[in-house]
Amino acid sequence: MKILIVEDDLDAAAYLTKAFREAGIVSDHASDGDSGLFLATENAYDVLVVDRMLPRRDGLSLISELRAKGIHTPALILSALGQVDDRVTGLRAGGDDYLPKPYAFSELLARVEVLGRRKGSPEQDMTYRVGDLELDRLAHVVRRAGREILLQPREFRLLEYLMKNAGQVVTRTMLLENVWDYHFDPQTNVIDVHVSRLRSKIEKDFDQPLLRTVRGAGYMIKDEVSA
Amino acid sequence: MAVSDMASGMKALFRTTAVRLSALYLLLFAACAAFLVFYVTSMSQGLLRDQIRETVAQEAFEIQQVYNRAGMNGLLRTLERRARQPGANLYIIANPAGEILAGNVLSLQPGVLDQEGWTTAPFRYERFGDEGKSERHAALAEVFLLPNSLKILVGRDLGEPENFRGLVRQSLVVALGIMGIGALAIWYLIGRNALRRMDRMSDASQRIMDGDLTQRLPVGGSGDEFDRLSESLNAMLGRIEKLNEGLRQVSDNIAHDLKTPLTRLRNKAEAALAGKTEPAEFRESLSEIIAESDQLIRTFNALLMISRVEAGSAVAEMGPVDLTQIVSDCVELYEPAAEEAGLSVTAEIAPDIHVTGNRELIGQALGNLLDNAIKYVDGAPEGRIVVRLSREGEAAQVSVADNGPGIPAERRADVLKRFVRLDKSRSKPGTGLGLSLVEAVMEVHHGTLKLDATIAGDGAEHGLTATMRFPAGGAGKA
Repeated sequence: MKILIVEDDLDAAAYLTKAFREAGIVSDHASDGDSGLFLATENAYDVLVVDRMLPRRDGLSLISELRAKGIHTPALILSALGQVDDRVTGLRAGGDDYLPKPYAFSELLARVEVLGRRKGSPEQDMTYRVGDLELDRLAHVVRRAGREILLQPREFRLLEYLMKNAGQVVTRTMLLENVWDYHFDPQTNVIDVHVSRLRSKIEKDFDQPLLRTVRGAGYMIKDEVSA
Repeated sequence: MAVSDMASGMKALFRTTAVRLSALYLLLFAACAAFLVFYVTSMSQGLLRDQIRETVAQEAFEIQQVYNRAGMNGLLRTLERRARQPGANLYIIANPAGEILAGNVLSLQPGVLDQEGWTTAPFRYERFGDEGKSERHAALAEVFLLPNSLKILVGRDLGEPENFRGLVRQSLVVALGIMGIGALAIWYLIGRNALRRMDRMSDASQRIMDGDLTQRLPVGGSGDEFDRLSESLNAMLGRIEKLNEGLRQVSDNIAHDLKTPLTRLRNKAEAALAGKTEPAEFRESLSEIIAESDQLIRTFNALLMISRVEAGSAVAEMGPVDLTQIVSDCVELYEPAAEEAGLSVTAEIAPDIHVTGNRELIGQALGNLLDNAIKYVDGAPEGRIVVRLSREGEAAQVSVADNGPGIPAERRADVLKRFVRLDKSRSKPGTGLGLSLVEAVMEVHHGTLKLDATIAGDGAEHGLTATMRFPAGGAGKA
């Protein structure tokens, strides 16, 4: 995966480049809005990570300009602003995700990986499969090794989101945003409890664990045997 | 001195809008009244003149008839008789040269007899018996020739309509005079009153600008425009004062409450550098440091959010939201965590309640209340949380009741302040900003946050009930 980081703080950019490289992601760097726009137009990237406040051209205008040119590379906006209304303006400008500063790198990495995978991932797949676990989106049925597992509607959506991003880390905030559609900080372990309930339903009676906790980051569903 | 005071007072008076407006009204009104009176008098005068013309024409016709029937002698006799009646018309028989031969008129304005037909304008004359009196009367008359070329004049005095007009004009002048004086007096009183109140208001604002934010504009109590203006300005001042106070409080508290975790963070890093040698121990210290900074970031985010909510920047994103849905979502989100902590959650959610608001903010506020309940009831025997959404008249009300340790009545106002945490809760994780944020969110929604003790079935008080009340107007079906 190759990404473009548009960030005017050189220290932050150097840190991001290094951290992404360690995670196996190649990145280019632009330090102002105009050169960011140029690079994003000339090269094909999988994801753009764009700071909102940039010299020469701000992040939002960069993204709207790209969208106007018909370039739909997924873009994640980083911003030191970052409450309710800013997120909305960011997404309206054509951004695909929004992360307020300061953020944990694990959070950024998880979101970039999900955005990068989105391009290839067949949204229209009606059935998700991980190992012997199978989720039928149309019939709303979950089976493991052919045995039906009964889930609450919310547990179903939770599993659906995890399986859609199988093999990738999803963070607690990503789960709250995508499964519950809220963007606040839930403070206590509310998400963890939901995940552990789901886990006990899909892993009870089976030897092979599927849903694992990624320490300091979030959760990942993965077929450990075949992977 | 007094005169110049008075003059400057009047000048100031004329600068007030009320006085200018009433002067304008008075002028307009006087002009209309004058026009009306002149119109009415001239119309009625015309009417009276028409009547006189009719009478005179009738007489002239009769006199001609008499002449035709009884000749000159008959005419003279008739005129003689008519002339002597009280309030008689004017009669003249004159020779072609215009000398008066008979009749009841002693003299008249020259030239009247020269023209046949109606006199075009009222003319002056003197009657027999009026000699010596200075006043001369005005009259309207018809002149015609007899076949023997004598001139006959039949006329009528205009005294009546003239008097009428005089009377009307006089009363008009008196009435306008009284009106003018009254209006002047009223202007002066109203205008001066308005000026005084404005002066008091500008004095108060001057004191406020000098830095005394506790000052308020005077409110008279009559509920008029000035009072309403003062009240809304006072409400504005109250908000400014509160924001100012909040700002001051935050900067104080940042010093205290952010320094503590920062110091802890630094100490941990230092200790790791100084003592540890094993990579595993380094990792352990580093993850502690990350956890500590996460908590700091959380505090910063909460602070930022409160100040943004208070600054009203979220107001732009207000819209109709389904409160029933939000409350159900939050209960569903927090219920497993509560159960994990050994608490039972009961929800009584009324259907179809909509308010104008921001879904994220309401969700965050309710989340904070639930989070608090879970955190503080934890460990209580038979811990219980009851979430209730109900319609109270026009308002909508969301309450979260627990049976935990509660908050003593005298500390309930304190815990809404930023960074205030009760001593026994200091050991629990948290920023000390949760309830401040809930209160700020409710303020943006023009609602209130109330903290009470939970009343159990037996009437005993224990635990805490936090109630978010969304006012009428915002509430109701969308």
